[in-house]
Amino acid sequence: MSGDRVTRAPRRRGALLLASIVPLFAAGCGKQDVLDPHSHPERKISTLCWVMMTGAWIGFALVVVLLFLGWARRNRDSLPFGGGERAATALVIALGVAVPILVLSSLFVWSDIFVIRATDAPARGSTRLTVRVVGHQWWWEIKYPGTAAVTANELHIPVGTRVRVEGTTADVIHSLWVPELNRKVDLVPGREAVLLLDADRAGTYPGQCAEFCGLQHAHMELSVIAQPRPQFRAWLAKESKPARGSMPGAFAEETCSSCHEIRGTDARGQVGPDLTHFGSRTTLGAGVLPNDPENLREWIRDPQHPKPGNRMPALPLSDADVRALASYLEGLK
Amino acid sequence: MAVDVLTPGAEQRIERLHRVWRPRPGVLGWLTTVDHKRIGLLYFFTTLAFFGAGGIEALLMRTQLAGPDLNVVGPETYDQLMTMHGVTMIFFFIIPMTTGAFGNYLVPLMIGARDMAFPRLNALSYWIFLGSGIFIYVGLFMHRAPNCGWFCYTPLNRRAFDPGPNVDFYALGLIFNSIASTATALNFIVTIFKLRAPGMSLNRMPLFIFAMLAVSLSLIFALPSLTADLVYLELQRKGGFHFFDVAHGGDAFLWQHLFWLFGHPEVYIIVLPAFGIATSIIPTFSKRRMIAFPLVALAELLVAFIGFGVWAHHMFATGLPTITLVAFAAASMMVVIPSTIQVFAWTFTVVLGRPEFRAPLLFIGGFIVFFVLGGLSGIMFAAIPFDQATTDTYFVVAHFHFIIFGAAVFPILGGMYYWFPKVTGRLYHERAAQISFWLTFFGTALTFFPMHIVGLLGMTRRVYTYKPHLGWDAYNLSETIGSFILAAGLLLIFANLVWSRFRGAPSGPDPFRGGTLEWATSSPPPEYNFAVIPKVTSPYPNWDPADREDDARRLQAGTLVLEEGHETPAVTVRDGYLDEVLRMPAESPWPVVVGLGVALIFTMLLLSHFVLASVAAGLTLFALAGWHLQEPELE
Repeated sequence: MSGDRVTRAPRRRGALLLASIVPLFAAGCGKQDVLDPHSHPERKISTLCWVMMTGAWIGFALVVVLLFLGWARRNRDSLPFGGGERAATALVIALGVAVPILVLSSLFVWSDIFVIRATDAPARGSTRLTVRVVGHQWWWEIKYPGTAAVTANELHIPVGTRVRVEGTTADVIHSLWVPELNRKVDLVPGREAVLLLDADRAGTYPGQCAEFCGLQHAHMELSVIAQPRPQFRAWLAKESKPARGSMPGAFAEETCSSCHEIRGTDARGQVGPDLTHFGSRTTLGAGVLPNDPENLREWIRDPQHPKPGNRMPALPLSDADVRALASYLEGLK
Repeated sequence: MAVDVLTPGAEQRIERLHRVWRPRPGVLGWLTTVDHKRIGLLYFFTTLAFFGAGGIEALLMRTQLAGPDLNVVGPETYDQLMTMHGVTMIFFFIIPMTTGAFGNYLVPLMIGARDMAFPRLNALSYWIFLGSGIFIYVGLFMHRAPNCGWFCYTPLNRRAFDPGPNVDFYALGLIFNSIASTATALNFIVTIFKLRAPGMSLNRMPLFIFAMLAVSLSLIFALPSLTADLVYLELQRKGGFHFFDVAHGGDAFLWQHLFWLFGHPEVYIIVLPAFGIATSIIPTFSKRRMIAFPLVALAELLVAFIGFGVWAHHMFATGLPTITLVAFAAASMMVVIPSTIQVFAWTFTVVLGRPEFRAPLLFIGGFIVFFVLGGLSGIMFAAIPFDQATTDTYFVVAHFHFIIFGAAVFPILGGMYYWFPKVTGRLYHERAAQISFWLTFFGTALTFFPMHIVGLLGMTRRVYTYKPHLGWDAYNLSETIGSFILAAGLLLIFANLVWSRFRGAPSGPDPFRGGTLEWATSSPPPEYNFAVIPKVTSPYPNWDPADREDDARRLQAGTLVLEEGHETPAVTVRDGYLDEVLRMPAESPWPVVVGLGVALIFTMLLLSHFVLASVAAGLTLFALAGWHLQEPELE
């Protein structure tokens, strides 16, 4: 936290320049602010962004000042030195060719040779933890290789640890992006995308699918929850265990089980999210609603209302069934 | 023609020209016309209608996004609006407006020709363009419009994920449309190379003509890539092929590569005519020639050329190998140089000239401001890590709207005012025009600037709604307010033009003292454009009074008046020496008939009636035969 403040200090100057136009300081935790970095790669990206924005404003100001000069002396005779075609062409070459070549080659070397390394995918085996993420229309499946743990839409990682995320897609192209932690990477059919996640402070970092993936692209949130290592280990151990308690009849009878898996029961569906520890998740429907009993009952009654077009149908359930299902699912901690 | 006293001989010749070139009266005259000016006007009004449609789509989207969790239109409608907005503005507004309307009307006038090189092909372009526009909008009225985004990535565009006809409307509609653009581009290339007035060597071509040449060459080379992509897509959707299907050895990247190999040159196709318009307006109102004229001409061509080498910068986040990314980033930085040359050439011409800020120059000022803004944010995307963070966010939406609205549409709007007296013979209302500029200028800034901020705050593109707790609400609301201010500004422009069409003061042939040849003839120009093919000895022929007096003398003497038939001179490609006199085709019903045939083919393909599609293709071939049996000269 304090280290973060120290590294941010020099950027404040550039920031002040823009503060009147770009009020980005309101941002904080729980946001998706590219310029509020919480990892090594994102700090690099953020610095790159501030430097380029400052340069861009200088270039912009130059042209605007020139145009203003033209406006200020409108309808007056040509400037005495303006008649010289050669001098004018030299100006165009200096500002339009020489200066851009210098600025652009420096930017190229800095960003595309050096900064780019910070966002490189980590090599296999170079991190302590690997997580697999599978994009689905419209939710995220998350697996922890080497354990039985499978969850959805909430990616837990230990704080201060480099994590290799391997992403694939089950259907169309999705894009995995947690703005305050790193770049984004597309999940393209037939390919494996690899991304480094590494949060330097405990907390929840929201993100969402960045590539248009159909009707509910807007409701495909992925939160990264960075926890201190002991808590993370405890969470992973609990998440790897099968569910406790007995499944209400409606879950099997009403075909919930043909789409959802609850480990340790007969429900083995592979279409929708694994619900083994559903009660410990914070949202429903990949971020459409907060996960509380009332919302859950509403979701079970008609999932098409809060998230039209999603793959879960509204089933003809009695109120008693809905209540039984909701209280069972909320109990799956 | 700045001729005050005509001898009886000259009057007779003009009378004769008038009889030779006189159009058929009434609606039939418009249906069978091959006159580039009439076709230009048809394009103008049609593309304006599409601009209105695309604008309404944009306002509906902005209304849906005015606040978090709104439900003005549902997700399905939103996706259709989003796709149709992009497709309409690019394929049915900007390209046909700049090439079809401005290009058609102005290219022959600026080079001193009497028509385009292939007048009937030109008419066919228009009818095909109109047909493709109606075709794709039928989808919208059936609520089955394309809904996959204008880039329509696979596998989302496959039947498994998009089973309705939506994607077929998109793919077939764009193939249909690209026939028109290809024909227009070919027509421009031949017209520009061969139909220039004698004396107009390549180095004396107006910069607008250089821009149109660059655009036409780009279209010819870029469109096949899109067409191939769309044909593969339809073969996959309707014929069971597997071009993009990973499970059967296809590749999802194939779609993206082919799409952007077209899609990035497309950006320059959109903005280059705007550069051409800017380089027409700036010298006129700054009262001096463009500074660094040869550099600017070269830059226009270079932009189009390098534009073909940067497509993968649309794919920096897809996981392509780093070495590929770096190569494309380098090319993307290179393409900046021709643009900076032009920016400073435009700006210094204004600053070092004697600028008169009437409405057209104001719009060009706005254009330069927005082009620089959008260009600078564009450079930021060549920094790969930044692109990988901000691509697919509203930062990109801000960037490319400053380019394709700020930089491409502002010159179109300025150009509407600038050439309005030429087309109608009347002046627009200056005060109202200046107010309309400031409205559109502030509307544009307020609509698109906050999108940078909200993009950096993590708002992704193509979402139909968003959550309230992310700090995006105020920016989105201001964008929506801005979009309505912008709409008001645009309405004021069109109200001004409509009012001036009927009430404006007479303008005379050359109200602004323009330098190019369109100002050397009367307003509106006669059917034959020029009573005598004008003499050209510089890139700004209308600023050479001696040459214009020479024109008057040659009209009296009957040199290069060509009043004996439907004729225009052709020249050698490079030096512009008189080569031969071409007989030009007269009005013909065949273009509209062939256009209908092509529309029938695409309709049958959409309905998967492949036999009927073949029948329609046969009928179209018959119509083409009729076209070629008709003699070029009926007079």
